[in-house]
Amino acid sequence: MECRSADVIVIGGGIHGCSTALNCAMRGLSVILLEKDHAGRHASGVNAGGVRQLARHVAEIPLSNASMALWHRIEDLVDDDCGFTCDGQVLVAEDEEDLDTCRARVDDLTLRGFHHEELIDAAELRRLVPAVSDLCPGGVISRRDGAAIPLRATQAFKRKAASLGADIREGVRVTRVVRDGANWRVETDNGFFLSPRIVNTAGAWADRIAADLGEPVPLEVIAPMLMITAAMPAFIKPVVILRRRKLSFKQFGNGTVLIGGGYLGRAIRDENRTVLDWGKLATNARTVWDLFPVMRAAPIARAWAGIEARMPDDLPVFGPSARHEGVYHQFGFSAHGFQLGPGAGAVMAEIIATGSTNVPIDGLQISRFTHPRESRP
Amino acid sequence: MITLTAIDQIAEHYDIAVVGAGPTGLAAAARAAELGLSVLLADENPSPGGQIYRAITTTPVTQRGVLGEDYWKGGALVDRLWPTNTAYAPGCTVWSVAPDEVGGFELGLSLGGQARLVATDQVILATGAQERPFPIPGWTLPGVMTAGAAQIALKASGLVPSGRTVIAGCGPLLYLLAGQLAAAGANIVAVLDTMPRRNWLSALAALPDFLRSPYLAKGLKLMAAARGKLPFRTGVTALAAEGSGKVTGVSVTRGGRTKTIACDALLLHQGVIPGINLSNAAGCAQHFDHVQLCWTPTVDDWFASSIPGIAIAGDGAGIGGAESAALRGELASLDAARRFGRLTPVQRDEMAGPTRIALARSLRGRRFLDLLYRPAGAFLAPPADETIVCRCEEVTAGQIRDTASRLGVTGPNQMKAFLRCGMGPCQGRLCGPTVVELIAQAHGLSPTEVGYYRLRPPVKPITLAELAALPPTEAAVKAVVR
Repeated sequence: MECRSADVIVIGGGIHGCSTALNCAMRGLSVILLEKDHAGRHASGVNAGGVRQLARHVAEIPLSNASMALWHRIEDLVDDDCGFTCDGQVLVAEDEEDLDTCRARVDDLTLRGFHHEELIDAAELRRLVPAVSDLCPGGVISRRDGAAIPLRATQAFKRKAASLGADIREGVRVTRVVRDGANWRVETDNGFFLSPRIVNTAGAWADRIAADLGEPVPLEVIAPMLMITAAMPAFIKPVVILRRRKLSFKQFGNGTVLIGGGYLGRAIRDENRTVLDWGKLATNARTVWDLFPVMRAAPIARAWAGIEARMPDDLPVFGPSARHEGVYHQFGFSAHGFQLGPGAGAVMAEIIATGSTNVPIDGLQISRFTHPRESRP
Repeated sequence: MITLTAIDQIAEHYDIAVVGAGPTGLAAAARAAELGLSVLLADENPSPGGQIYRAITTTPVTQRGVLGEDYWKGGALVDRLWPTNTAYAPGCTVWSVAPDEVGGFELGLSLGGQARLVATDQVILATGAQERPFPIPGWTLPGVMTAGAAQIALKASGLVPSGRTVIAGCGPLLYLLAGQLAAAGANIVAVLDTMPRRNWLSALAALPDFLRSPYLAKGLKLMAAARGKLPFRTGVTALAAEGSGKVTGVSVTRGGRTKTIACDALLLHQGVIPGINLSNAAGCAQHFDHVQLCWTPTVDDWFASSIPGIAIAGDGAGIGGAESAALRGELASLDAARRFGRLTPVQRDEMAGPTRIALARSLRGRRFLDLLYRPAGAFLAPPADETIVCRCEEVTAGQIRDTASRLGVTGPNQMKAFLRCGMGPCQGRLCGPTVVELIAQAHGLSPTEVGYYRLRPPVKPITLAELAALPPTEAAVKAVVR
């Protein structure tokens, strides 16, 4: 008879759900993962694939650092290199004022004991990114950063979790979560499942699970847009981002160039559909026109947007529920959660198995939305 | 008809935008304009006609017999447009169709190296058919092309392949093209027919309708002409193009025996399928047609898609041929006028009456042709591992089979992440149907269960410079002013 209960039920098969399922399985817990589409169908499969510690909010740096250690041995972890390449990520300062802000940021991180971001001058910028406009005076580099192939990475976590016994069920939609004695009862369009512990990794649909649990959150459904060009001659190795204007820019080994930066289209989440805003993509293209003259004749082959979850403070919700024992939240990564996936799954499994973790996750709890007065005196 | 030659001549807004100026688009645009709607007819080609009537107003081929009498019927469709106010934009690529914020649609257009966003209340996609991809070993060699490509060269420029020419594949168009090329002076050394003989069994049930259809006389004439004059070889079960740097021969398997025919040009054809890239990228629902063996947009009796305001008519909504295409375009326009309130449902139905009768007549016998000319499985899912399936990214059948079974990849969208097939500039036009068949085969599933690529705009590439220079729309300007 098929087993409809487990030590842990993970709701949502993005990179976070698959990573948490894998790490729980590695700790000997039995796991059922429920995914309404297929693993990596949404944010985890269609994002820019940036593996970036650069320019992160201080509250998520520890999680990001834990994750980066795993990315650098990703093949040992999931038996697939996930297309991970490490050529650094560079934040380009467009003028002196920009560079001053970069300097202040690096100084602040140094005081806090973080050393992954490094200030670079115009000469070093030109050495790393020869194609960048001559007007840029420098920037910041995070040398261990890089990029990976998102859907492939997510599927690798799924496969490895399944190989260690996790029961991955794709095409099963969770409709409701309710208490059932000592268990949580997860109702789906394919019957119900029982477990004492559930992890809410439902991405842009996570607010519905949280609301079922009496912990409503102000999650915004967003559709960050990306474009990719036909193959161009190789001209840039690191990923480039900007601070004032929106841009994320990288060239893959095959020559294609990915252009993003967080311009938003429209998300229609109940139809798994997004609508692009070509006016904003034109602005995105103008930024590239300014910074990389070599790109002006590049043919754009595709543009798309994924469905993602953003929290009002642009930080994820991560950690145990503020109301219920056995409920854990891991969502709202606000368009920068892909790099965090491997580490967050490991930390979440540690919390589930042991009740605590040494990785600081202060500032990411769900209570910042559900008990605003208590958490922000 | 007003011909627009520069992108800034296109208005900010039209009642209806018709994409494609083949028989469907010409008829749809003419009817909509006759009913008093403002119409944009955008077409990629330099002159009207689509593929079937390509270059009808400009062809250098003057001997009417070369292209056959049917070809010249296209002239009447173009003539009908002249007295109307249709804004006709040749050389204009529609790279995106998406809903706007006020219940209409935003079209992304590109003309003369400049891009533009234009608003329309309704859209009729008349994007027609494309040739079914026909991957065999060596099909990427220079000298190998599709039969349709050869026909384009003939109609548009009066060119025929030079040297020994072999035509291979399956379907009525194979005979038509062989006849046309021979009449135009090509040296056809073999016509290789891959039609599986057992197709006759399944097609027989549909024979009575076919016997009463307008195809019959036409088809028999074509076949008789081609077979009588040209070296025909039936029962071909495997093909491979040979040569290094250029095709020099084709290896042919018949009755278990393989031999090579020397040639300088190899023309491949395995029938046509709906061109779905624009409707798919626009989000219109589609399904797998198990008779025509292809992905097909889901439309109702008026060719309305799953998205209110977008209709898909003609061969883009299921292969029916040129005559049915024009009639379907007509019906789509009548329903569009009904949506605008220009016609009541009763008026629409009355006006559609004769068209529907003609449509039924033109489609009678279609099922017989569909069943008779179903491609053999070996050409839908190439058995040889080394056969390139995705030409843009050079992905082979063996890689796809291996990735499907070893990594448990169950759909074409997941396959993209591992092999990049479907991610090149053609966005799956040339590999999509084959990738689906290969995955289906590997998992013992039907194409319906495997699904198709989710395609993305721009469905035809535009340059970064074009996009960067995109002028703001009226709506965007107002948003800033407010």
